[in-house]
Amino acid sequence: MLLIECPYCGPRDETDFKCGGEAHITRPEKPADADDQSWGDYLFMRTNSMGTHYEMWCHSHGCRRWFNVCRDTLSNKIHAVYKMGEPPPRVDDPTRSRSQ
Amino acid sequence: MKYSFASLLRNAFSYHENWQSAWRSPEPKREYDAIIVGGGGHGLATAYYMAKEHGMRNIAVIEKGWLGGGNTGRNTTIIRSNYLRDNSAQIYEHALKLYEGLSQELNYNIMFSQRGVLNLAHNQHDLRELSRRVNAIRLNGVDSEFLNPQQTKAFCPILNVSPNSRYPVLGASLQRRGGTARHDAVAWGYARGANNLGVDIIQNCEVTGIRQSDGRVEGVETSRGFIGAKKVGVVVSGHASVLADMAGFRMPIESHPLQALVSEPIKPMHDTVVMSNAVHVYVSQSDKGELVIGAGIDGYCGYSQRGSFPIVEEQINALVELFPIVSRLRMMRQWGGTVDVCPDASPIIGKTPVKHLYFNCGWGTGGFKATPGSGWAFAHTIAQDEPHELNAPYTLERFNSGYLIDEHGAAAVAH
Ligand SMILES: Cc1cc2nc3c(=O)[nH]c(=O)nc-3n(C[C@H](O)[C@H](O)[C@H](O)COP(=O)(O)OP(=O)(O)OC[C@H]3O[C@@H](n4cnc5c(N)ncnc54)[C@H](O)[C@@H]3O)c2cc1C
Ligand SMILES: [Zn+2]
Repeated sequence: MLLIECPYCGPRDETDFKCGGEAHITRPEKPADADDQSWGDYLFMRTNSMGTHYEMWCHSHGCRRWFNVCRDTLSNKIHAVYKMGEPPPRVDDPTRSRSQ
Repeated sequence: MKYSFASLLRNAFSYHENWQSAWRSPEPKREYDAIIVGGGGHGLATAYYMAKEHGMRNIAVIEKGWLGGGNTGRNTTIIRSNYLRDNSAQIYEHALKLYEGLSQELNYNIMFSQRGVLNLAHNQHDLRELSRRVNAIRLNGVDSEFLNPQQTKAFCPILNVSPNSRYPVLGASLQRRGGTARHDAVAWGYARGANNLGVDIIQNCEVTGIRQSDGRVEGVETSRGFIGAKKVGVVVSGHASVLADMAGFRMPIESHPLQALVSEPIKPMHDTVVMSNAVHVYVSQSDKGELVIGAGIDGYCGYSQRGSFPIVEEQINALVELFPIVSRLRMMRQWGGTVDVCPDASPIIGKTPVKHLYFNCGWGTGGFKATPGSGWAFAHTIAQDEPHELNAPYTLERFNSGYLIDEHGAAAVAH
Protein backbone atom coordinates (compact mmCIF):
# COMPACT_ATOMS: atom_id res chain seq x y z
CA MET A 1 0.00 0.00 0.00
CA LEU A 2 1.49 3.34 -1.05
CA LEU A 3 1.24 6.24 1.35
CA ILE A 4 0.74 9.32 -0.83
CA GLU A 5 1.00 12.85 0.48
CA CYS A 6 -1.75 14.93 -1.12
CA PRO A 7 -0.40 18.51 -1.29
CA TYR A 8 -3.80 19.73 -0.09
CA CYS A 9 -4.90 17.13 2.48
CA GLY A 10 -1.76 15.39 3.70
CA PRO A 11 -0.81 11.68 3.71
CA ARG A 12 -3.50 9.18 2.65
CA ASP A 13 -3.64 5.52 1.58
CA GLU A 14 -3.24 4.71 -2.11
CA THR A 15 -6.89 3.60 -2.26
CA ASP A 16 -7.93 7.26 -1.82
CA PHE A 17 -6.34 8.14 -5.17
CA LYS A 18 -6.46 7.38 -8.86
CA CYS A 19 -3.33 7.44 -11.00
CA GLY A 20 -3.66 9.43 -14.21
CA GLY A 21 -0.49 8.20 -15.90
CA GLU A 22 2.57 10.01 -17.17
CA ALA A 23 2.84 13.73 -16.37
CA HIS A 24 4.13 16.61 -18.49
CA ILE A 25 2.75 15.36 -21.80
CA THR A 26 1.69 18.39 -23.82
CA ARG A 27 -1.08 18.44 -26.38
CA PRO A 28 0.00 19.56 -29.88
CA GLU A 29 -0.13 23.35 -29.84
CA LYS A 30 -1.94 23.76 -33.12
CA PRO A 31 -4.17 20.71 -33.27
CA ALA A 32 -5.31 21.43 -36.82
CA ASP A 33 -1.71 21.37 -38.08
CA ALA A 34 -0.58 18.28 -36.18
CA ASP A 35 0.15 15.24 -38.38
CA ASP A 36 -0.58 11.58 -37.62
CA GLN A 37 2.88 11.11 -36.16
CA SER A 38 2.48 13.87 -33.57
CA TRP A 39 -1.05 12.74 -32.68
CA GLY A 40 0.21 9.18 -32.24
CA ASP A 41 3.07 10.40 -30.05
CA TYR A 42 0.77 12.54 -27.95
CA LEU A 43 -1.99 9.98 -27.50
CA PHE A 44 -0.10 6.72 -27.21
CA MET A 45 3.69 6.93 -26.83
CA ARG A 46 4.86 6.74 -23.23
CA THR A 47 8.20 7.03 -21.44
CA ASN A 48 7.33 4.10 -19.15
CA SER A 49 10.55 4.54 -17.14
CA MET A 50 12.05 1.77 -15.10
CA GLY A 51 13.19 3.91 -12.17
CA THR A 52 12.40 7.59 -11.73
CA HIS A 53 8.94 8.32 -13.13
CA TYR A 54 6.83 11.49 -13.19
CA GLU A 55 3.08 10.89 -13.05
CA MET A 56 -0.26 12.54 -12.31
CA TRP A 57 -2.53 11.50 -9.43
CA CYS A 58 -5.99 12.62 -8.44
CA HIS A 59 -7.22 12.59 -4.84
CA SER A 60 -10.51 11.19 -6.11
CA HIS A 61 -11.92 10.13 -2.73
CA GLY A 62 -10.76 13.32 -1.01
CA CYS A 63 -10.35 16.87 -2.29
CA ARG A 64 -10.61 15.63 -5.90
CA ARG A 65 -7.66 17.75 -7.00
CA TRP A 66 -4.91 16.69 -9.41
CA PHE A 67 -1.19 16.90 -8.60
CA ASN A 68 2.10 15.29 -9.68
CA VAL A 69 4.19 12.58 -8.05
CA CYS A 70 7.77 11.57 -8.74
CA ARG A 71 8.07 7.89 -7.89
CA ASP A 72 10.58 5.10 -8.48
CA THR A 73 8.78 2.37 -10.42
CA LEU A 74 11.14 -0.36 -9.20
CA SER A 75 11.19 0.36 -5.46
CA ASN A 76 7.92 2.37 -5.27
CA LYS A 77 9.75 5.03 -3.26
CA ILE A 78 8.05 8.42 -3.65
CA HIS A 79 10.74 11.06 -4.20
CA ALA A 80 8.53 14.12 -4.38
CA VAL A 81 4.96 15.39 -4.63
CA TYR A 82 4.38 18.71 -6.40
CA LYS A 83 1.49 20.78 -7.67
CA MET A 84 0.21 20.99 -11.23
CA GLY A 85 2.14 23.60 -13.17
CA GLU A 86 5.28 23.29 -11.04
CA PRO A 87 8.45 22.10 -12.77
CA PRO A 88 9.41 18.43 -12.21
CA PRO A 89 12.00 18.12 -9.43
CA ARG A 90 15.32 16.59 -10.47
CA VAL A 91 16.15 13.36 -8.73
CA ASP A 92 19.76 12.41 -8.18
CA ASP A 93 19.57 8.80 -9.22
CA PRO A 94 21.57 8.64 -12.44
CA THR A 95 21.63 4.84 -12.66
CA ARG A 96 17.88 4.66 -12.85
CA SER A 97 16.63 7.83 -14.43
CA ARG A 98 15.52 7.53 -18.03
CA SER A 99 12.80 10.11 -18.27
CA GLN A 100 12.90 13.92 -18.43
CA MET B 1 17.13 -38.26 -26.13
CA LYS B 2 13.50 -39.00 -26.88
CA TYR B 3 11.27 -39.13 -23.81
CA SER B 4 9.18 -42.29 -23.82
CA PHE B 5 7.97 -45.09 -21.59
CA ALA B 6 11.09 -47.06 -22.56
CA SER B 7 13.45 -44.22 -21.57
CA LEU B 8 11.58 -43.82 -18.28
CA LEU B 9 11.98 -47.52 -17.58
CA ARG B 10 15.64 -47.54 -18.57
CA ASN B 11 16.39 -44.62 -16.29
CA ALA B 12 14.48 -46.18 -13.43
CA PHE B 13 17.16 -48.91 -13.34
CA SER B 14 19.83 -46.28 -12.70
CA TYR B 15 17.72 -44.54 -10.04
CA HIS B 16 17.03 -41.61 -12.42
CA GLU B 17 20.57 -40.36 -11.94
CA ASN B 18 21.56 -40.43 -15.60
CA TRP B 19 19.01 -38.16 -17.25
CA GLN B 20 20.77 -35.74 -19.58
CA SER B 21 20.11 -32.05 -19.20
CA ALA B 22 17.42 -30.93 -21.64
CA TRP B 23 19.54 -28.23 -23.26
CA ARG B 24 23.21 -27.21 -23.46
CA SER B 25 24.64 -24.09 -21.79
CA PRO B 26 27.14 -22.94 -24.42
CA GLU B 27 29.47 -19.96 -24.35
CA PRO B 28 28.12 -17.21 -26.62
CA LYS B 29 29.68 -17.15 -30.12
CA ARG B 30 31.07 -13.90 -31.52
CA GLU B 31 28.30 -13.60 -34.05
CA TYR B 32 24.93 -15.11 -34.90
CA ASP B 33 22.57 -14.86 -37.86
CA ALA B 34 19.88 -13.92 -35.39
CA ILE B 35 19.61 -13.20 -31.67
CA ILE B 36 16.39 -13.41 -29.71
CA VAL B 37 16.43 -11.27 -26.57
CA GLY B 38 14.24 -12.76 -23.82
CA GLY B 39 14.01 -16.41 -22.82
CA GLY B 40 10.33 -16.51 -21.98
CA GLY B 41 7.87 -18.76 -23.79
CA HIS B 42 7.49 -16.34 -26.70
CA GLY B 43 11.24 -15.94 -27.25
CA LEU B 44 11.91 -19.68 -27.05
CA ALA B 45 8.99 -20.49 -29.34
CA THR B 46 10.29 -17.91 -31.82
CA ALA B 47 13.74 -19.53 -31.87
CA TYR B 48 12.19 -23.00 -32.21
CA TYR B 49 10.04 -22.07 -35.23
CA MET B 50 12.89 -20.09 -36.84
CA ALA B 51 14.97 -23.25 -36.73
CA LYS B 52 12.22 -25.68 -37.60
CA GLU B 53 10.11 -23.81 -40.14
CA HIS B 54 12.72 -21.51 -41.67
CA GLY B 55 15.86 -23.64 -41.50
CA MET B 56 17.90 -21.10 -39.55
CA ARG B 57 20.48 -22.77 -37.32
CA ASN B 58 22.89 -20.07 -36.17
CA ILE B 59 20.59 -18.52 -33.56
CA ALA B 60 20.93 -17.60 -29.88
CA VAL B 61 18.34 -16.85 -27.23
CA ILE B 62 19.71 -14.43 -24.62
CA GLU B 63 18.03 -14.31 -21.22
CA LYS B 64 19.05 -12.07 -18.33
CA GLY B 65 17.82 -14.46 -15.64
CA TRP B 66 16.56 -18.00 -16.03
CA LEU B 67 14.28 -19.47 -18.70
CA GLY B 68 10.64 -18.67 -18.04
CA GLY B 69 11.50 -16.55 -14.97
CA GLY B 70 9.51 -13.61 -16.32
CA ASN B 71 5.78 -13.63 -16.91
CA THR B 72 5.87 -17.09 -18.47
CA GLY B 73 6.55 -18.67 -15.09
CA ARG B 74 4.29 -16.26 -13.19
CA ASN B 75 0.99 -16.44 -15.03
CA THR B 76 -2.25 -18.23 -14.22
CA THR B 77 -1.96 -20.32 -17.43
CA ILE B 78 -5.42 -19.73 -18.85
CA ILE B 79 -5.65 -20.62 -22.55
CA ARG B 80 -8.56 -19.65 -24.78
CA SER B 81 -9.10 -18.13 -28.23
CA ASN B 82 -12.54 -16.54 -27.84
CA TYR B 83 -11.55 -13.00 -28.78
CA LEU B 84 -13.89 -10.51 -30.41
CA ARG B 85 -11.93 -9.01 -33.31
CA ASP B 86 -11.20 -10.94 -36.52
CA ASN B 87 -7.46 -10.27 -36.30
CA SER B 88 -7.37 -11.49 -32.70
CA ALA B 89 -9.44 -14.58 -33.46
CA GLN B 90 -6.94 -15.60 -36.14
CA ILE B 91 -3.75 -15.37 -34.11
CA TYR B 92 -5.17 -16.71 -30.82
CA GLU B 93 -6.93 -19.57 -32.60
CA HIS B 94 -3.73 -20.46 -34.46
CA ALA B 95 -2.00 -20.58 -31.06
CA LEU B 96 -4.72 -22.80 -29.58
CA LYS B 97 -4.45 -25.21 -32.51
CA LEU B 98 -0.69 -25.43 -32.05
CA TYR B 99 -1.23 -26.05 -28.31
CA GLU B 100 -3.50 -28.97 -29.16
CA GLY B 101 -0.59 -30.84 -30.75
CA LEU B 102 2.29 -29.35 -28.80
CA SER B 103 3.08 -32.14 -26.31
CA GLN B 104 3.42 -34.57 -29.25
CA GLU B 105 5.35 -32.16 -31.44
CA LEU B 106 7.87 -31.27 -28.73
CA ASN B 107 7.95 -34.75 -27.15
CA TYR B 108 7.45 -32.89 -23.89
CA ASN B 109 4.38 -33.04 -21.70
CA ILE B 110 3.05 -29.49 -21.39
CA MET B 111 0.04 -30.82 -19.45
CA PHE B 112 -2.43 -29.08 -21.74
CA SER B 113 -5.86 -29.66 -20.26
CA GLN B 114 -8.90 -28.55 -22.29
CA ARG B 115 -11.20 -28.29 -19.30
CA GLY B 116 -13.26 -25.39 -20.67
CA VAL B 117 -13.19 -21.69 -19.81
CA LEU B 118 -16.25 -19.86 -18.48
CA ASN B 119 -16.61 -16.08 -18.68
CA LEU B 120 -19.32 -14.76 -16.37
CA ALA B 121 -21.84 -11.98 -16.94
CA HIS B 122 -23.02 -10.15 -13.79
CA ASN B 123 -25.32 -7.49 -15.18
CA GLN B 124 -27.46 -6.71 -18.24
CA HIS B 125 -24.65 -4.93 -20.01
CA ASP B 126 -22.24 -7.86 -19.48
CA LEU B 127 -24.94 -10.17 -20.74
CA ARG B 128 -25.49 -8.30 -24.01
CA GLU B 129 -21.78 -7.90 -24.58
CA LEU B 130 -21.24 -11.58 -23.89
CA SER B 131 -23.97 -12.68 -26.31
CA ARG B 132 -22.56 -10.42 -28.99
CA ARG B 133 -19.12 -11.91 -28.44
CA VAL B 134 -20.37 -15.49 -28.53
CA ASN B 135 -21.94 -14.82 -31.92
CA ALA B 136 -18.97 -12.90 -33.33
CA ILE B 137 -16.60 -15.64 -32.19
CA ARG B 138 -18.69 -18.36 -33.80
CA LEU B 139 -18.74 -16.43 -37.07
CA ASN B 140 -14.94 -16.66 -36.97
CA GLY B 141 -15.16 -20.44 -36.72
CA VAL B 142 -14.06 -20.56 -33.07
CA ASP B 143 -16.10 -22.68 -30.62
CA SER B 144 -18.17 -20.66 -28.21
CA GLU B 145 -21.42 -21.29 -26.37
CA PHE B 146 -23.81 -19.31 -24.26
CA LEU B 147 -24.95 -20.82 -20.94
CA ASN B 148 -27.87 -19.61 -18.82
CA PRO B 149 -27.43 -19.51 -15.01
CA GLN B 150 -28.74 -23.08 -14.52
CA GLN B 151 -26.46 -24.45 -17.23
CA THR B 152 -23.55 -22.49 -15.75
CA LYS B 153 -24.27 -23.97 -12.31
CA ALA B 154 -24.43 -27.46 -13.80
CA PHE B 155 -21.07 -26.94 -15.50
CA CYS B 156 -19.44 -25.47 -12.40
CA PRO B 157 -21.35 -26.63 -9.29
CA ILE B 158 -19.31 -24.68 -6.72
CA LEU B 159 -20.34 -21.37 -8.28
CA ASN B 160 -22.76 -19.19 -6.34
CA VAL B 161 -25.58 -18.32 -8.76
CA SER B 162 -28.00 -17.03 -6.15
CA PRO B 163 -29.87 -13.93 -7.36
CA ASN B 164 -29.10 -12.34 -3.98
CA SER B 165 -25.39 -12.55 -4.51
CA ARG B 166 -23.38 -9.34 -4.74
CA TYR B 167 -22.26 -10.50 -8.20
CA PRO B 168 -25.28 -12.40 -9.52
CA VAL B 169 -24.46 -14.75 -12.41
CA LEU B 170 -26.83 -13.90 -15.26
CA GLY B 171 -25.11 -16.15 -17.77
CA ALA B 172 -21.74 -17.21 -19.07
CA SER B 173 -19.87 -17.93 -22.25
CA LEU B 174 -18.06 -21.23 -22.52
CA GLN B 175 -15.18 -22.23 -24.73
CA ARG B 176 -14.86 -25.97 -24.28
CA ARG B 177 -11.51 -26.16 -26.07
CA GLY B 178 -10.01 -23.63 -23.66
CA GLY B 179 -8.21 -24.66 -20.49
CA THR B 180 -4.78 -24.55 -18.88
CA ALA B 181 -1.24 -25.84 -19.46
CA ARG B 182 1.88 -26.06 -17.34
CA HIS B 183 3.66 -22.74 -17.96
CA ASP B 184 7.23 -23.86 -17.15
CA ALA B 185 6.82 -26.89 -19.36
CA VAL B 186 5.90 -24.71 -22.32
CA ALA B 187 9.14 -22.75 -21.90
CA TRP B 188 11.22 -25.86 -21.22
CA GLY B 189 9.66 -27.85 -24.06
CA TYR B 190 10.41 -25.12 -26.59
CA ALA B 191 13.91 -24.66 -25.13
CA ARG B 192 14.66 -28.36 -25.51
CA GLY B 193 13.19 -28.40 -29.02
CA ALA B 194 15.19 -25.34 -30.08
CA ASN B 195 18.37 -26.72 -28.52
CA ASN B 196 17.98 -29.97 -30.46
CA LEU B 197 17.84 -27.91 -33.66
CA GLY B 198 21.13 -26.19 -32.78
CA VAL B 199 19.90 -23.01 -31.08
CA ASP B 200 22.26 -21.66 -28.37
CA ILE B 201 20.42 -20.83 -25.15
CA ILE B 202 22.37 -18.37 -23.03
CA GLN B 203 21.04 -17.63 -19.55
CA ASN B 204 22.25 -15.10 -16.97
CA CYS B 205 23.23 -12.70 -19.73
CA GLU B 206 21.58 -9.29 -19.72
CA VAL B 207 21.28 -7.17 -22.83
CA THR B 208 22.39 -3.64 -21.94
CA GLY B 209 22.52 -1.99 -25.36
CA ILE B 210 21.58 -2.46 -28.99
CA ARG B 211 24.43 -1.59 -31.34
CA GLN B 212 23.51 -0.14 -34.71
CA SER B 213 25.11 1.76 -37.56
CA ASP B 214 23.40 3.53 -40.46
CA GLY B 215 20.03 2.66 -38.98
CA ARG B 216 20.64 -1.07 -39.09
CA VAL B 217 21.27 -3.41 -36.19
CA GLU B 218 24.74 -4.90 -35.63
CA GLY B 219 24.34 -6.83 -32.42
CA VAL B 220 23.75 -6.49 -28.70
CA GLU B 221 25.88 -5.29 -25.80
CA THR B 222 25.49 -7.69 -22.91
CA SER B 223 26.76 -8.28 -19.39
CA ARG B 224 29.06 -10.86 -21.05
CA GLY B 225 30.35 -8.54 -23.79
CA PHE B 226 29.29 -7.62 -27.30
CA ILE B 227 27.58 -10.30 -29.41
CA GLY B 228 27.16 -9.59 -33.11
CA ALA B 229 23.97 -10.42 -35.01
CA LYS B 230 22.55 -9.84 -38.47
CA LYS B 231 19.06 -9.72 -37.01
CA VAL B 232 17.74 -9.12 -33.49
CA GLY B 233 14.26 -9.99 -32.21
CA VAL B 234 13.27 -8.51 -28.85
CA VAL B 235 10.61 -10.38 -26.78
CA VAL B 236 10.95 -9.08 -23.23
CA SER B 237 7.31 -8.38 -22.23
CA GLY B 238 7.28 -5.82 -19.37
CA HIS B 239 10.75 -4.54 -20.30
CA ALA B 240 9.87 -3.67 -23.92
CA SER B 241 10.08 0.10 -23.30
CA VAL B 242 13.49 -0.29 -21.68
CA LEU B 243 14.86 -2.14 -24.71
CA ALA B 244 13.17 0.29 -27.13
CA ASP B 245 14.86 3.12 -25.25
CA MET B 246 18.23 1.40 -25.81
CA ALA B 247 17.45 1.30 -29.53
CA GLY B 248 16.32 4.94 -29.59
CA PHE B 249 12.56 4.85 -30.14
CA ARG B 250 9.41 4.94 -28.01
CA MET B 251 6.68 2.41 -27.40
CA PRO B 252 2.96 2.94 -26.66
CA ILE B 253 3.31 0.64 -23.69
CA GLU B 254 2.92 1.00 -19.95
CA SER B 255 4.26 -1.67 -17.60
CA HIS B 256 2.03 -2.59 -14.68
CA PRO B 257 2.31 -5.05 -11.81
CA LEU B 258 -0.07 -7.99 -12.15
CA GLN B 259 -0.39 -10.54 -9.39
CA ALA B 260 -1.71 -13.98 -8.64
CA LEU B 261 -1.96 -16.27 -5.64
CA VAL B 262 -2.38 -19.96 -4.91
CA SER B 263 -4.17 -21.64 -2.02
CA GLU B 264 -3.11 -24.64 0.01
CA PRO B 265 -3.71 -27.86 -1.95
CA ILE B 266 -7.12 -29.47 -1.53
CA LYS B 267 -9.00 -32.37 -3.08
CA PRO B 268 -10.32 -31.93 -6.64
CA MET B 269 -13.34 -29.60 -6.47
CA HIS B 270 -13.06 -27.35 -9.52
CA ASP B 271 -12.54 -28.99 -12.91
CA THR B 272 -12.88 -25.98 -15.20
CA VAL B 273 -11.68 -22.37 -15.40
CA VAL B 274 -13.89 -19.48 -14.29
CA MET B 275 -13.12 -15.91 -15.30
CA SER B 276 -14.96 -12.83 -14.25
CA ASN B 277 -13.61 -9.75 -15.96
CA ALA B 278 -15.98 -7.42 -14.19
CA VAL B 279 -14.76 -8.32 -10.70
CA HIS B 280 -11.21 -9.36 -11.68
CA VAL B 281 -10.93 -12.87 -10.45
CA TYR B 282 -9.84 -15.93 -12.42
CA VAL B 283 -9.83 -19.36 -10.88
CA SER B 284 -8.67 -22.85 -11.79
CA GLN B 285 -7.38 -25.79 -9.77
CA SER B 286 -3.93 -27.16 -10.46
CA ASP B 287 -3.10 -30.85 -10.67
CA LYS B 288 -1.46 -30.52 -7.26
CA GLY B 289 -4.79 -29.32 -5.88
CA GLU B 290 -4.04 -25.65 -5.29
CA LEU B 291 -6.55 -23.07 -6.44
CA VAL B 292 -4.75 -20.72 -8.83
CA ILE B 293 -6.27 -17.26 -8.54
CA GLY B 294 -5.47 -14.31 -10.77
CA ALA B 295 -6.17 -10.66 -10.01
CA GLY B 296 -6.32 -7.34 -11.85
CA ILE B 297 -3.41 -5.01 -12.56
CA ASP B 298 -2.29 -2.22 -10.27
CA GLY B 299 -3.61 1.12 -11.51
CA TYR B 300 -0.12 2.66 -11.90
CA CYS B 301 3.12 1.79 -13.68
CA GLY B 302 5.60 -0.46 -11.94
CA TYR B 303 8.47 -2.85 -12.51
CA SER B 304 8.55 -4.09 -8.91
CA GLN B 305 7.22 -7.60 -9.72
CA ARG B 306 4.93 -7.36 -6.72
CA GLY B 307 1.34 -6.23 -6.61
CA SER B 308 -0.36 -4.04 -4.05
CA PHE B 309 -2.53 -5.28 -1.18
CA PRO B 310 -5.77 -3.43 -2.04
CA ILE B 311 -5.85 -5.52 -5.24
CA VAL B 312 -5.55 -8.74 -3.22
CA GLU B 313 -8.40 -7.62 -1.03
CA GLU B 314 -10.66 -6.96 -4.04
CA GLN B 315 -9.71 -10.26 -5.58
CA ILE B 316 -10.44 -12.23 -2.42
CA ASN B 317 -13.74 -10.39 -1.88
CA ALA B 318 -14.87 -11.44 -5.33
CA LEU B 319 -13.55 -14.95 -4.85
CA VAL B 320 -15.52 -15.74 -1.69
CA GLU B 321 -18.64 -14.13 -3.08
CA LEU B 322 -18.51 -16.29 -6.22
CA PHE B 323 -17.28 -19.43 -4.43
CA PRO B 324 -18.51 -19.36 -0.81
CA ILE B 325 -17.12 -22.89 -0.37
CA VAL B 326 -13.54 -21.53 -0.28
CA SER B 327 -14.09 -18.92 2.41
CA ARG B 328 -11.95 -20.73 4.97
CA LEU B 329 -9.24 -21.78 2.56
CA ARG B 330 -5.75 -20.50 3.36
CA MET B 331 -3.59 -18.86 0.72
CA MET B 332 -0.11 -20.22 0.37
CA ARG B 333 1.85 -17.97 -2.00
CA GLN B 334 1.41 -14.64 -3.73
CA TRP B 335 3.60 -13.09 -6.42
CA GLY B 336 3.63 -10.53 -9.18
CA GLY B 337 4.88 -10.01 -12.72
CA THR B 338 5.42 -6.93 -14.86
CA VAL B 339 2.98 -6.84 -17.77
CA ASP B 340 3.29 -4.72 -20.92
CA VAL B 341 -0.08 -3.08 -21.46
CA CYS B 342 -0.86 -1.63 -24.90
CA PRO B 343 -3.54 1.07 -25.37
CA ASP B 344 -5.73 -1.26 -27.48
CA ALA B 345 -4.93 -4.41 -25.44
CA SER B 346 -3.44 -6.05 -28.52
CA PRO B 347 0.22 -6.90 -29.14
CA ILE B 348 2.84 -5.28 -31.35
CA ILE B 349 4.64 -7.86 -33.51
CA GLY B 350 6.82 -6.62 -36.32
CA LYS B 351 9.45 -4.30 -37.66
CA THR B 352 10.81 -1.19 -35.93
CA PRO B 353 12.44 2.03 -37.13
CA VAL B 354 15.81 0.18 -36.94
CA LYS B 355 16.48 -2.18 -39.85
CA HIS B 356 16.59 -5.87 -38.91
CA LEU B 357 15.49 -5.11 -35.37
CA TYR B 358 12.08 -6.61 -34.57
CA PHE B 359 9.86 -6.30 -31.50
CA ASN B 360 7.19 -8.61 -30.11
CA CYS B 361 5.49 -7.11 -27.06
CA GLY B 362 2.32 -5.63 -25.64
CA TRP B 363 0.70 -8.98 -24.78
CA GLY B 364 -0.07 -7.50 -21.40
CA THR B 365 -2.17 -9.62 -19.10
CA GLY B 366 -2.96 -12.34 -21.62
CA GLY B 367 -0.05 -13.56 -23.70
CA PHE B 368 0.56 -17.03 -22.32
CA LYS B 369 -2.29 -18.46 -24.38
CA ALA B 370 -0.72 -16.94 -27.49
CA THR B 371 2.78 -18.32 -26.98
CA PRO B 372 2.90 -20.81 -29.90
CA GLY B 373 1.09 -18.49 -32.35
CA SER B 374 3.19 -15.52 -31.36
CA GLY B 375 6.44 -17.49 -31.79
CA TRP B 376 5.20 -18.85 -35.12
CA ALA B 377 4.37 -15.42 -36.54
CA PHE B 378 7.44 -13.67 -35.10
CA ALA B 379 9.77 -16.38 -36.46
CA HIS B 380 8.33 -15.75 -39.93
CA THR B 381 8.70 -11.99 -39.50
CA ILE B 382 12.38 -12.24 -38.58
CA ALA B 383 13.37 -15.00 -41.00
CA GLN B 384 11.61 -13.45 -44.03
CA ASP B 385 12.00 -9.81 -42.97
CA GLU B 386 8.27 -9.61 -43.66
CA PRO B 387 5.30 -10.16 -41.33
CA HIS B 388 3.23 -13.33 -41.54
CA GLU B 389 -0.41 -12.69 -42.49
CA LEU B 390 -1.33 -13.51 -38.87
CA ASN B 391 0.65 -10.59 -37.47
CA ALA B 392 0.57 -8.16 -40.39
CA PRO B 393 -2.04 -5.91 -38.68
CA TYR B 394 -0.07 -5.82 -35.41
CA THR B 395 2.33 -3.05 -36.40
CA LEU B 396 3.81 -0.25 -34.34
CA GLU B 397 2.56 2.20 -37.01
CA ARG B 398 -1.06 1.47 -36.15
CA PHE B 399 -0.77 3.98 -33.31
CA ASN B 400 -0.21 6.68 -35.91
CA SER B 401 -2.58 5.41 -38.59
CA GLY B 402 -5.40 4.71 -36.12
CA TYR B 403 -5.86 1.06 -37.18
CA LEU B 404 -6.24 -0.08 -33.57
CA ILE B 405 -7.30 -3.62 -32.70
CA ASP B 406 -9.44 -2.76 -29.75
CA GLU B 407 -9.80 -5.68 -27.38
CA HIS B 408 -10.11 -3.53 -24.27
CA GLY B 409 -13.81 -2.89 -24.55
CA ALA B 410 -14.44 -6.50 -25.37
CA ALA B 411 -12.39 -8.22 -22.75
CA ALA B 412 -11.79 -5.63 -20.01
CA VAL B 413 -8.74 -7.39 -18.63
CA ALA B 414 -7.94 -10.51 -20.58
CA HIS B 415 -5.98 -13.44 -19.19
C1 LIG C 1 0.12 -12.84 -12.61
C2 LIG C 1 -0.04 -13.02 -14.10
C3 LIG C 1 -1.09 -13.77 -14.60
C4 LIG C 1 -1.24 -13.97 -15.96
N1 LIG C 1 -2.23 -14.81 -16.39
C5 LIG C 1 -2.31 -15.13 -17.70
C6 LIG C 1 -3.25 -16.12 -18.13
O1 LIG C 1 -3.99 -16.72 -17.33
N2 LIG C 1 -3.33 -16.41 -19.47
C7 LIG C 1 -2.52 -15.77 -20.39
O2 LIG C 1 -2.65 -16.06 -21.57
N3 LIG C 1 -1.59 -14.85 -19.99
C8 LIG C 1 -1.46 -14.53 -18.68
N4 LIG C 1 -0.51 -13.60 -18.27
C9 LIG C 1 0.33 -12.92 -19.27
C10 LIG C 1 1.48 -13.81 -19.75
O3 LIG C 1 2.18 -14.31 -18.64
C11 LIG C 1 2.44 -13.05 -20.64
O4 LIG C 1 1.76 -12.31 -21.63
C12 LIG C 1 3.39 -14.00 -21.37
O5 LIG C 1 3.87 -15.00 -20.50
C13 LIG C 1 4.55 -13.23 -21.93
O6 LIG C 1 5.54 -14.13 -22.38
P1 LIG C 1 6.93 -13.61 -22.89
O7 LIG C 1 7.73 -14.79 -23.26
O8 LIG C 1 6.69 -12.56 -23.92
O9 LIG C 1 7.51 -12.81 -21.63
P2 LIG C 1 8.36 -13.30 -20.36
O10 LIG C 1 8.03 -14.68 -19.95
O11 LIG C 1 8.23 -12.22 -19.34
O12 LIG C 1 9.82 -13.34 -20.95
C14 LIG C 1 10.58 -12.17 -21.19
C15 LIG C 1 11.99 -12.48 -20.75
O13 LIG C 1 12.85 -11.40 -21.13
C16 LIG C 1 13.86 -11.30 -20.18
N5 LIG C 1 14.51 -9.99 -20.26
C17 LIG C 1 14.00 -8.78 -19.90
N6 LIG C 1 14.91 -7.82 -20.09
C18 LIG C 1 16.02 -8.42 -20.61
C19 LIG C 1 17.32 -7.96 -21.02
N7 LIG C 1 17.64 -6.65 -20.93
N8 LIG C 1 18.21 -8.87 -21.49
C20 LIG C 1 17.88 -10.19 -21.57
N9 LIG C 1 16.69 -10.67 -21.19
C21 LIG C 1 15.77 -9.81 -20.72
C22 LIG C 1 13.14 -11.52 -18.87
O14 LIG C 1 14.02 -11.95 -17.84
C23 LIG C 1 12.12 -12.61 -19.23
O15 LIG C 1 12.53 -13.90 -18.92
C24 LIG C 1 -0.34 -13.36 -16.89
C25 LIG C 1 0.72 -12.59 -16.41
C26 LIG C 1 0.89 -12.42 -15.02
C27 LIG C 1 2.05 -11.60 -14.52
ZN1 LIG D 1 -6.49 15.89 -1.30
